[in-house]
Formats: sequence, C-alpha cells, structure tokens
Amino acid sequence: MGLYIVRRFLYMIPTVILISIVAFMIIQLPPGDYLSTLVARYEAEGETLDQEYVSRLREIYGLGRPVHVQYWLWIRGIITRGDFGRSFAWGRPVSALIWTRLGLTFVLSLTTTLFIWIVALPVGIYSAIRQYTVGDYVVTTLGFVGLATPNFLLALIFMYIGFSVFGQTVGGLFSPEFVSAPWSIPRFLNMLSHLWIPVVVLGTAGTAGLIRHTRANLLDELRKPYVVTARAKGLPEWKVILKYPVRIALNFFVSAQATILVTLVSGAAIVSIVLSLPTTGPLLLRALQSQDMYLAASFILMLSVMNVLSTLISDIALAWLDPRIRYT
Amino acid sequence: MTADGRNDPTGHQSSGPATPETGVGELSDPDVLGHAAPSVDIAGGEDEMAMLGQWKLMWIRFKRHRLAMVGVVLVAFFYFLAIFAEFLSPQSPHDYNRHYPYAPPQRLHLFLRDGDQLRFRPHVYGYTSTVDPASFRRTFAIDDDQIIPVRLLPQGPEYRMWNLIPMSRRLFGPVEPGAPMFLLGADRLGRDLLTRIVYGARVSMTIGLVGVAFSLIIGIIMGGISGYFGGVADNIIQRTIEFLQSIPQIPLWMGLAAAIPQGTDPLLVYFLITVILSVLGWTGLARVVRGRFYSLKTEDFVIAARVDGCSSLRIIMRHMVPSFLSHIIATVTLAVPTMIIAETSLSFLGLGLRPPVVSWGVLLQAAQSVQVIANFPWLLLPGLGVFFAVLGFNFLGDGLRDAADPYATG
Repeated sequence: MGLYIVRRFLYMIPTVILISIVAFMIIQLPPGDYLSTLVARYEAEGETLDQEYVSRLREIYGLGRPVHVQYWLWIRGIITRGDFGRSFAWGRPVSALIWTRLGLTFVLSLTTTLFIWIVALPVGIYSAIRQYTVGDYVVTTLGFVGLATPNFLLALIFMYIGFSVFGQTVGGLFSPEFVSAPWSIPRFLNMLSHLWIPVVVLGTAGTAGLIRHTRANLLDELRKPYVVTARAKGLPEWKVILKYPVRIALNFFVSAQATILVTLVSGAAIVSIVLSLPTTGPLLLRALQSQDMYLAASFILMLSVMNVLSTLISDIALAWLDPRIRYT
Repeated sequence: MTADGRNDPTGHQSSGPATPETGVGELSDPDVLGHAAPSVDIAGGEDEMAMLGQWKLMWIRFKRHRLAMVGVVLVAFFYFLAIFAEFLSPQSPHDYNRHYPYAPPQRLHLFLRDGDQLRFRPHVYGYTSTVDPASFRRTFAIDDDQIIPVRLLPQGPEYRMWNLIPMSRRLFGPVEPGAPMFLLGADRLGRDLLTRIVYGARVSMTIGLVGVAFSLIIGIIMGGISGYFGGVADNIIQRTIEFLQSIPQIPLWMGLAAAIPQGTDPLLVYFLITVILSVLGWTGLARVVRGRFYSLKTEDFVIAARVDGCSSLRIIMRHMVPSFLSHIIATVTLAVPTMIIAETSLSFLGLGLRPPVVSWGVLLQAAQSVQVIANFPWLLLPGLGVFFAVLGFNFLGDGLRDAADPYATG
C-alpha cells in the first residue's frame, strides 16, 4: 500500500510538469501581450505611453525574451521561492492574489461534494429499492432536469428568484460588512449563510448524476443471489440492503469522486462569475481577457494541480476501501 | 463525460435474475428493457426474433422506449426550427425597432369580441410607453385598446430562404408589416426574442453536431489505434487522455477561447470554438472506442477473420466496426448535449461566439446582471431552448444506448 501511494505520487510529477507547460502555452496563444494591449488601450483613448517606459516594463517582466526562457524563469520562481510572478493588472505578486481565492474555491468544491453525498446516497438508495414507484419517477425526472440545466442558467434563475421573491441580491460570499473583515467566527458563519446557493447551484448536476449511478449500481447488486439468500434466511430488510449491496455501491461513490471534484472545480469557475463569488473564476476570466499572463497561467496551473491531487486521493481511498483492487 | 449512470465500464447491465419489480412492464425506464419478459408485442415470437438483424432488433427496442420517443420529438423539433428558421420566425434576427427596447412579451389572443359574439381574429395588443422622467427609462404596458391583427403567412419584407430562395411570406406575423409583435418580448435593441431564439437554434444545435463530428473522427482514430494495436501506442494515447482530462475543462476552454482575437470572422470563430470543444471531447469517445476494440479483439469471429487472412483494415472495417457502431452512435448522441452546454457557457461568458452571430449563449449574455434579469426576466427564455434541447438529446441517447445493448433481451 505504501509503495502504491509513493508510485502514484511519482506518476503525478510528469503530469504536473506537462500541465504547467500547457498552462503557460495557452496564455501565450493570443497575439501580443499585456503591454501591447495596454499600449493599444492608451492609444484608443488618444494618449501615448512613453516608449522608454514601455520597454523598461517589458524588460522587468521578461516579456521580450523567448517563450521557453520566460517559462523557465516562471517555473523556477515557483519551485524555488513560491513566486508565481507578478500580475500586470494588479501590480502585485500573483501569490498574494491567488491563495485566498484558491482556498475559497477549495472550500466551495468540498462543501458541494459533501452536499452531493448527503443528498445522493439516501435518494439513490431510495429510488433503487422503490424502483418504479411514484417517488422513483419523481427522482428520475428531477435527475434529468438537473442534468439538462447548465450551471450558469441555474445560477441566473436563483438570482432572479432571490430578487423577485425575497427582494435581495443573491451573490457574493459575504455580507458587505464582512467582505474585507479579517477571519472570525461571525465572518465564517456569514460565509456559510451565503454558501448554500452556490453549493446547490453547483451540486445539482453532480447530485443528479450520482443518484442515477447509485440507483443503477444498487439495482445490479440487489439482483444478485446473495441478496436473495440474505432475505431467505430472514434478515431484516434494512440489513439486507445496507449490509452488503450498499457497501458495494459505495465503492463506486469513491471512484466517481475524482470526476465529481474535477467537474466541480471547473464548474465553480463559471458559477462564481455569475454569482460574483470571490473565488478563482472571476479573476481568471479577467486575467484571460486582459492577457495578465502570469496570473492566468498560475490559476490554470493550480486548478489543474488541485484536480490531479483529488484524483490521487480518490484512487488511494478506493484502493484502501475495496479489497478487490490490486495495487501492484 | 456523458454525466450519466449507465456507461461505466463494469458493464453492470449484464442480465441477472429478474427481480419481482421488473415484471411491472413500465418501459419508461431503461433498466426494464434488459430484464423484462421479452417479445410481448412482437408477432412471430422467439423464432422470428432470432432471425432479425441487429439494426432491426435495435429499432424494436428503441421504439418501445418511451423517453427516447420524447427525445426524438424534442430533437426533431429543434432541428426543424433550425432548418426552417427564416420561414418559421416572424422577423429577421437583426431587425431592430428603436421604439420598443425591452418590450415585454405579448399574449396571442385568438378570438376577438365583436359585439356579443366571438370571432376568430388572432391578434395581440399593442404597447403604450411611458418614459420615467428621473431615469429616462422607457417602460411599456400592454394596451388593450390597440389591436394588432395577426395572421398566418403574412406579406412582409423580402428575405432569402437559406440565402437562396427569395421569399416574402413567413409562417405568421402581424398583418401590417412592422407592427409590434413580440410574443416572447424584445431585447435591448427592440429585436424580437422569439425570432432570435429560433435562429439561435440553428447555431446552437449545429455546433454540438459539428463539435461531436470532430471529436468522433479524432476519437475513433486514436481509440482504434489504442485498442487494436495496444502496446506503446496504447500507452502513449492513454496517458495523453489522462493528462487532458486532468486539466479542468472550463478554465481550459476559457483559456483557449480567449486566444481567439477580437474581430475574427464569425464563421472562423464558430469553427475554432468547435475545435476547442473537441480538444477534450475526443478523449471520452476514444476511451469508449478503445474499450470496444479491446473486448472484441478476442472474440471468436475476429480471430476467425484473422485466421482467414483478412487485413487489419478489413477486420476493423468489416467485422469490428459494425458490431459496435450502434454503441458509438449512442455515445455520440450523449456527447452532443455536453457540447451544447459548453458552447452556451462560453458564449455567455463572452469568450465563445460573439454578436452578430445569434446563438442561445450569445442571447443569454444579455441576461448577465441581476438588474437586467429582475426587470426583463424574459431574456432568460433562450435558456429554455438549451434546457429542452439537452433534455431531448439525453433521452434520445439513453434510449439508443439501451437499444444498442447487446445483452438486453427485449
């Protein structure tokens, strides 16, 4: 087991290196760079930037050098000093900007995962053991509806309902008085009271998917002879269901976890933009639009690393949970 | 990829002893198709069933899948809109009317009270507008006194069907050309939302197909190489897929879409967006194809073909592809909605298609802030298009997959 974990960690390294290269390349794709965009914007407003000033900036940010040199400087800074470069638009180090936002993205994704689990497991079990009842049909229908609604549309609908029914703007993670306050228990509670909307918005599709998975897997298990045996020897019904079939369906829960987290992290980007949450999404979008390359590349890199890590954790958890998996 | 429960590789649909519940005979759930008592409504019984080809069998199973039939209707409806958009919409999508910005939806009334009897006179009511002196905002109210008659096939300005056939009549519209008729409301520039949703179907419904077509080509080639030849090629391709899938897709799409320069030709943007969607889209399809190749490679009929001296190409094209084609079609159908949602999301963020192209995502871009939605909620209506199109494809794909499942005995 220990060896398996170590090997999985080692496998991760080339993936992360590749991701960092791709993240950097994507940012290089648009023609021009941040400075040329800046110059163009000034010119559009009828002003001119001092040529010397521009070239000095270019020098400082290393923009004049070949791409691979730029990449090398960037990645070396990250590894040796935890320095992700400077954000042009914000005039601050990237590391000062991304960590709180990544943290909140992580909190959001994790809370949503918990939400998905808490809802999907009982509902999935219910609709499997009550197959073809009204309840099952309701769940199945809701599942299809949940899968067919794009995240951002759901967020918009929530915003509309929040505004027209409750007369309040839905959005942000904190009430105005807490936005820039330091962390404290009231601030945390305030965040929780705002968090449920993005969690529901983000979790709907995942919940719908997982309910269907659980139902299908559990139905398969329930048809197996050992369930009949258990029933025949007179075990109480709840024990027949919960003792083995549900446990086997749970394995699948864990293996689906990696995909779920990946989708959540990715979906959180767009939901955050709509609901203007202080997570990575809005900042990434702005960084991409203004070619703030170190900021954008760092975001893509760190989000991908988060993905790789969650896949790793879910793989290890599965290996630990399911004795049938051989980790050699 | 398909966000769906039934295509996990464990092949859990292998038939087991039927539970008591499966005898109920409710066909709207796919599970039952695998286990219900077979061939109840098929003339000829078992013997004749055994004679039918795989496509015929699929078709029989598919027809019995109620949700799939709903899916067929929905998908066909949207493609019908997409194909005949010019004729079916009451206006042209770029016709604007500066007198009616954000005009609210009107109701279509079929009968007009004339004295004491009702006459069949389809009509809508006009608007009265008031301008708020403080904010200069124009607000509209439906005015019961202004009656705007509406008819089928009214004479209107000339347009070209499919850019080819000159026509002047549309399916329905106001009797008097240019009279305000906004059944689903108007947008910021006073353009008819109904018209734009119908035209939006054209772009939104095709971009999914084109994107999937790209993905499918790459997916079949890569998956085929991976599954048929195995070895080093398989290893490389599988690692590539794992790598691509470890990048969060929306940030990746955002990054790639942001690279399309402003002012690029709309048609080129359309093409580039489909390419971007396919960058990740092919990975899921390649996995499915590879899995199928793997499981078929050791089947007796494939070995027989090889012993017979068939070339690799012939074995693949003549013997293997037909036996999993149906499965691929189902997977592809389930991949289309993902593409539709992706395009809508990107366009909504302003990174995908851009005006003057009309797609559902571009239309929804107008509904980005809570103020706009609160005041003009009808701008969210294009979302219904996305919703029903995606739902339709999911139903259809589900039905196809169940019908294509060779283990099912329906």
